[in-house]
Formats: sequence, C-alpha cells, structure tokens
Amino acid sequence: MAIVEVEDLRKTFSVTRPRTGARGPLALLLRERREVRAVDGVSFRIEPGEMVGYIGPNGAGKSTTIKMLTGILVPSGGLVRVAGLEPSRRRVELARRIGIVFGQRTQLWWDLPLCDSFDLLRYIYKVPAERFRANLAAYVELLELGPLLDTPVRQLSLGQRMRGDLTAALLHDPEVLYLDEPTIGLDVVVKERIRSFLAQLNRERGVTVLLTTHDMDDIERLCSRMIVIDHGRLIYDGSLEAMKDRFGGERVLVIDLEEAAPPVEVPGTRVVKVDGPRQWLRFRRADTTAAEVVAAVAARARLRDLTIEEPEIEDIVRRIYSGAAAPIDTH
Amino acid sequence: MAESAALYLRLVRAQIRAQWQYRASFVLQLFGAFALTFVDFLSVLVIFSHLPYLAGWSLGEVAFLYGTSYIAFQFADLTVGQLDGLGDKVQRGDFDLVLIRPRGTLFQLLASDIALRRLGAMAQAGVVLGFAFSLVNVHWTLGRVLVLLTMPITGFLVFAGVWIIGATTTFWTTRSMELVNSVTYGGQFLTSYPMNVYGAWLRRIFIFAVPLAFVNYFPALYVLDKRDPLGAPDFVRFLAPAVAVALLVVASRIWRFGVRHYRSTGS
Amino acid sequence: MRAESYGARLLTAADRLLYSAVRHGEAQLSRPPSRGVRGFGVPCERARKAIGSEMALYWQVALRGFRRYATYRAATFAGVFTNTIFGFLRAYVMIALYAGRGSIGGFDLRDTLTYTFVTQGMLMVVYIWNWWEIALTIRSGDIVTDFARPLNYQLYWLAQDVGRATYHAIFRGIPPFVIGAVVFSLRLPAHPWTWLFFLLSMYLAVAVSFAFRFMLNLSAFWLFDYRGIGSIAAAVWTFLSGFAVPIALFPGTLQTVARALPFAAFVNTPVEIFLEKQQGWALLGALAYQLGWALALLAAGRLALSAAERKVVVQGG
Repeated sequence: MAIVEVEDLRKTFSVTRPRTGARGPLALLLRERREVRAVDGVSFRIEPGEMVGYIGPNGAGKSTTIKMLTGILVPSGGLVRVAGLEPSRRRVELARRIGIVFGQRTQLWWDLPLCDSFDLLRYIYKVPAERFRANLAAYVELLELGPLLDTPVRQLSLGQRMRGDLTAALLHDPEVLYLDEPTIGLDVVVKERIRSFLAQLNRERGVTVLLTTHDMDDIERLCSRMIVIDHGRLIYDGSLEAMKDRFGGERVLVIDLEEAAPPVEVPGTRVVKVDGPRQWLRFRRADTTAAEVVAAVAARARLRDLTIEEPEIEDIVRRIYSGAAAPIDTH
Repeated sequence: MAESAALYLRLVRAQIRAQWQYRASFVLQLFGAFALTFVDFLSVLVIFSHLPYLAGWSLGEVAFLYGTSYIAFQFADLTVGQLDGLGDKVQRGDFDLVLIRPRGTLFQLLASDIALRRLGAMAQAGVVLGFAFSLVNVHWTLGRVLVLLTMPITGFLVFAGVWIIGATTTFWTTRSMELVNSVTYGGQFLTSYPMNVYGAWLRRIFIFAVPLAFVNYFPALYVLDKRDPLGAPDFVRFLAPAVAVALLVVASRIWRFGVRHYRSTGS
Repeated sequence: MRAESYGARLLTAADRLLYSAVRHGEAQLSRPPSRGVRGFGVPCERARKAIGSEMALYWQVALRGFRRYATYRAATFAGVFTNTIFGFLRAYVMIALYAGRGSIGGFDLRDTLTYTFVTQGMLMVVYIWNWWEIALTIRSGDIVTDFARPLNYQLYWLAQDVGRATYHAIFRGIPPFVIGAVVFSLRLPAHPWTWLFFLLSMYLAVAVSFAFRFMLNLSAFWLFDYRGIGSIAAAVWTFLSGFAVPIALFPGTLQTVARALPFAAFVNTPVEIFLEKQQGWALLGALAYQLGWALALLAAGRLALSAAERKVVVQGG
C-alpha cells in the first residue's frame, strides 16, 4: 500500500490586491479578487521506502503540495493520504509520524545547546525514553554531532545546524521525511556527507523520503524517481534515466580545428557557436551518432581535438520548465 | 492537560536558561522595565500634586487601580504578549513550523518567546499596590479578600482574551497587530485610571465591546467600597470572573477560526 | 526590545514592525551609500552643480530617509490610529484633572489638550523610543565598511534622520492633531510667525534627540547591553521630556531641573512654542536652549564617534 497517495489534488488561492488606482486607507477597502491555481490536479503515489525528488521552478506549486501533505494547508479539492491519514483533519496525529526539515529555517532553539533542543522535542513529540535514547545515540554517531551537543545552536555553522535539524526531525522515528532544500548553502563536503547520510537512512531504516531541491546533484545521487511539477501540474513522473532519454536527446560536439574556418556543415548537426578555431556542433541522439559526426567533420576539416558534452541534468530540467524540450519521439 | 502543563513549564524553563546566558543584559532590562513603569506612575503623582481627588478617586484609590491594572497586564504581556509577533510569523511563513508539530497552535506560540524581563514591571506594580494600601483604608471582609485575590487572575484573563482575539486578526491582515495594540497596551493605560474619567463613547466601548472595565474598575468598586459614579447595578462588580471565562471561550473559538482560515489560504 | 512605557508600549509595537520591515526590506537603504552611486538621479546632478556635491549628497540622503518610510503606508495608518487613541485617553485624564480648575502652572485645559495632541504627533518625529539602526550595524560588523566611506558619518545619519522626521511630522504628526481637534477644542497659534518658530523648534528637537540616540547607539561599541541602557534612558526621557505630563504641571524644583536638562528640548519646548507660551526674548531663549544642547550633544557624539573609529582601527571592531 502506498504511504503517500495524492489524487487529483488541487489548491486554489484567492488573492486580493488593491484595486488599481485605490490609495491610502481606501486601498484596504477597495480590493479585487483573483483566483490562482497553485496546484491544479496533481496525482501520484509513493510506496514505502521510496526516495523521491520533487522538483519544479519557483512558484510551481511544490511547497503548496508539501504543505498539503503535512496538513499545514487544507486542499481545495482532490484527495491526500499520508500513512493512511488525511493530513488536514488529523494534523496532530500525523505530525508524530512525519518529519520535516527546512533548509532555510531551523527548528532548533537558537540560544540553547543542541542537546536541549533534542530533549525538548522528545517531550513535544512524546517519544518514549528508551527509543529517544537509542535514536539520539544512533544519529549523533552517524552525523558526528557528539562534540557539538553542548554548543548553543546560534554558534553552529550552517552545515552543523543542518545535521542538528536532521536529527531533530528523526528522533520520533517518522515514517515519511520531507526535506526542503536540505543542502542549500552548504559546501561540497557537507553536501556529500548529508547525501550519504540520507541514502543510508533510507537503506537501513526504510524511511520514505520526499525531497524538494534545486540542486540536481541531490536528485542524481539520491533519488531513483523524480516528480516534476510546473504551473501546478505534473509534467513528469519517472526515473532519472528515463527522463534523460526522453528529454535529454541533444548533445554537443566541441571541435578544435587546426585553424579558424567557416562553420563546418555536417548533415544532422547545427553549428551553434564559433570561437576562432573552436566550433560547437549540436546534434540529436535520434538523428545521428557521435562517431558519424566525428567522421564527417574529419573529412571536411583538419581536426586537432574534440570533446562531447552530454546534457547536464539541470539543463534538461530547465528546458522542461521552459517548455522547450518536446519529448523526442522517434516518429 | 497535566502533561501539557508540564511541557509548558519545561519550555519556559528552557527559555529562562536561554535568557540567562545574557544575564547582565537581562538584569538591566528587568531594571529598565521597572524604571519605565515607575515613570508612568510619576505622572499619576504629578496629577495628584494639583488635586486631592481625580473624578472622585483619591491618590490611594487610583494607585490601587494602577497596581491591579499593571499586575494583570504585565502578567498577560508576559504570557501572551509574544502574540504581537504573530503577524511577522505569518508573513515569513514561520507559522508553518507550528503547524507541523503535534501540539496545539496557540499552546506552542504561548510557550515560546516569553520575555521574562516583564517581571520587572510586575515588581514595580507590586510596589505601587503596597503604596496604595498604605493610603486607603479598606474595610476587609472575606468577600473583599476573595475579590482582591481573584482580581489579578480575572484581569489577566480578560487582557489575555483581548490579546488573543486581536492577534487572530493577523491571519487576515498581517499588520493589524499594530491596531490591536491600542486596546492591549492602550488598555493598560486605560485601566490605570478610573473608567468614569473617560468620555461616554469610550466607556461604552470598554465595557461592552472590549470589556477591559472588568479588569479592575468594577471589582475595585467593591474592594474599595465605592459607589459607581456611572451608576452600574451592584452585581456588575462580581461579573469579572464570568466575563473573563466567557471572553476566553470566545477567544479560543476565534483563534480556531483564524487558524482554519490560515490553513485554507496559507497567507 | 519592546519599550515599556505606555506610549512606547503601543507605539513601538507598531514601529518595531515597521522597522523590521524596513530592515528586512531594504537593508541597503539604511546604510550610507557610497558616493555617487545609484539613486542619484537627474535633479541631483543639477543640484550638485548648483550647491556643490557635498550638500547635494546629504540632501539626497535626507530625501531617502523621507522616502524609506513612505513605503509603509499600512504601518503609518496603524501608527496614526494608535497615537490618536492614546491622545484620547490622555486627554480625558487631563479633562478630569481640570474639573473645576481654570489654570494650572499657566496652562488652561485647552492648552493642556493641545499639548497632549501635539506631543502624540511629535512622538515619532523625535523618535523617543527604540531607534537602534546604528547599533545593529555595530553588532553585525557592517559599520566597519560604513566608516570606510568618504562621508561624515554623523552628518550622514543626521541628514537621514531629518528626512525621516519630516515624513513623520507630515504623516504621523498632523493626523492625530487634526482628529484630536475634531473631538476636542484645541488651540492653534494666534500669530502666523509662531508656525515658523515651531517648525524651527521642531527640527532643533529632532537634532537634540538625534544627538542623544546617536550616542546611545554608539554605546553598543563598548556595552554589550546597550538595549538595557536604552530602556532605562527611555524611562528617563519619557518623563523628563514632558511627554507624559506637560513640564508646566511639574511641581517647583522638579520643573526647574527638567527645564535645564536637555530632555525638555525633545518635546516640551516645541510644544510650548506652539502654544505661544514663550514670547519675545523668552522665545529666543527657548530656541537658544535647544540649539545649545543640540550643538553640545552633537559635539559629544563627534567625540564618541572618533573614539569608536579609533577602536575599529586598533581592534578591528
């Protein structure tokens, strides 16, 4: 049975703004309403133990969806179930079974030592003493928080705080963990450490993870599946590999010629940039192969060096957002 | 209930620990709060340097009003005053953090951001109350003692109810707390003078709409054994507890309505 | 900090929010601009040629100070509302004080009511409570770069404060007075010149209060607990400025002391000039008293500033 079920989920906000021309106190009275569909009929299911990347450009409806999954927001239509509960009606009950980490806000007590925050959360979440001790010991070891336990949170670095926040979100053994930009602003080493922790958590404890991020490395490293949303609608749901195949057909061959030359003409390619003796040829996987292109170039000009640029996953996603990437069908 | 109370105390203790790290600052602010409220009382003294009775109330009687008003208000400010920051929380989206925890929303807000330096102002109110008792001659009866003892509690509850209802409006317009302050902070000024000082329209507002007159004015009439210059019937003097409870019930309803609104609009 | 006096309690709550909005919203605007950067539009270019770049710079800073607050209309509206309500409450207490009495300390009821509403309006103009912009940059360390800019740091902030005060005089000062005048019988200056003197006195009040706030902010260089000190200072000048009760109503010795201290220059002097309590030489004397304190306190602030700058150079903040 799916642990997260979302069926035709909708959220409409009615935004009021001062009517054009209204000023001062009048502006408070004369307002016009406008309907905004933040989430517009989204459906997906997540099975226990899955690790899913939930991505989309800013304002796509990501956080609105997450808010409905956690019970912060009440949906305007459709169905949500998390761990068998309807979040908006069973907010408090559900809160004990999920964990949430916001990359940009800490849930720890700013002026208190880290261990005090953990201790308070234990009582807020009513975690049995035995389980609390075992979990705390385990996460402190995994995230190497031992030396930091007595440090006030305000003195922790961003990375240390994130590790603290992760522990805080996990002490009550949540079945589902929502992560909102967990690696934002962190340096490469810390990012990697957090990623490997999450992978291990998912592997060993079977925690279901739903991850929103702008960092495609997070997705690539952690998520077997990604859900892409834009303008409140689901535009992709599947594996990363399948997405590359479907949307990421364009590759670029960069050639260095012996000397500057007019753009090389090879069937099935397009020269997108020329810089002295260096030229960039774009071609689609479906039209031709790299070998054919290289052979054709070598036949027309004196080649000194070459590299092939694979599309970055970020580019693919960006192109999906911008609507530029029509799925490449071999029709 | 008992478990929630224990958690509340645990959270308050945590904040005492947190604020105690800035001990010197804390002590200074405590003293500052004491001094600032003392200055308010100086104004009362200046007024009474020109006359023996203000609208039929002696210095001791006004000091009694002042003391009871400040104790009730400062206690409310200490425990629910942090709701002034709700608008900011709503605007920044920090209210979401409250909604993802397995506890009541109002409970969590009231258990956080407690500014303990208000205790300084309460201490000052206690001093003024002592001063008041040195001037007025109360003919103590069991009833008067009981009413006196309930006054800080009922006054606190009335202020708290008004504060909570006011704070709820920030779910609709995040900036409204500034207006609400005119009945919370303004209410403290209002209740430190007798109600019969004010114009009839203001009085009606603060008896019937925002029932701050029950914080101390009506009970004080009983304790000080005064006739009401406004001519309210005698039973009104004993209504404060009922008003306080009714107001709290209304406040909690309105709060829930506000949270529901927030959860459907997310604004 | 939430200042704790009754007026402060309600005003600062409003203004604290306004401040946090200002701070979050336009952090850059609160900092000295490096010379000749963005925002110096065409009128400025013209002005520069006319009056010289030095003056034009501070003129622009003042303009900015004005405009910064103009953005927060809702906060202004709320502030006016609370100022006015407090004006009503204070006014009724004063009416009770005057019951059956004609004049106290040379003030009749009408004078006192006028005094009440003018002070409610001046509250934000002289910004008695809770101004910690400089202290915040000291805490954040940003002040080090601000010091490095080629401008007179104190004058920069004075200019911006004059701009701010002008905004508050128009939008926070006039409305409570007008509303008060609708409900109560208030007094307007009989002599047209009084307006001019009042305006002059009001800006002197801004200068004195600024000089004070400037030093209080700089204290953050040496004191960790500048806010604690600030709350005590606020207690002192709330009373001694004549904000809570007109100084004319103070008993004998206290009145003499209050009139000599600089705090009366914040509120009491301009309002007494508005009420035409000071005429002829006395009027000039009142203005000289304000000017004297303004210069003395600004000079003291100058000294504090150079001590602070030395501290930055020696210890790096």
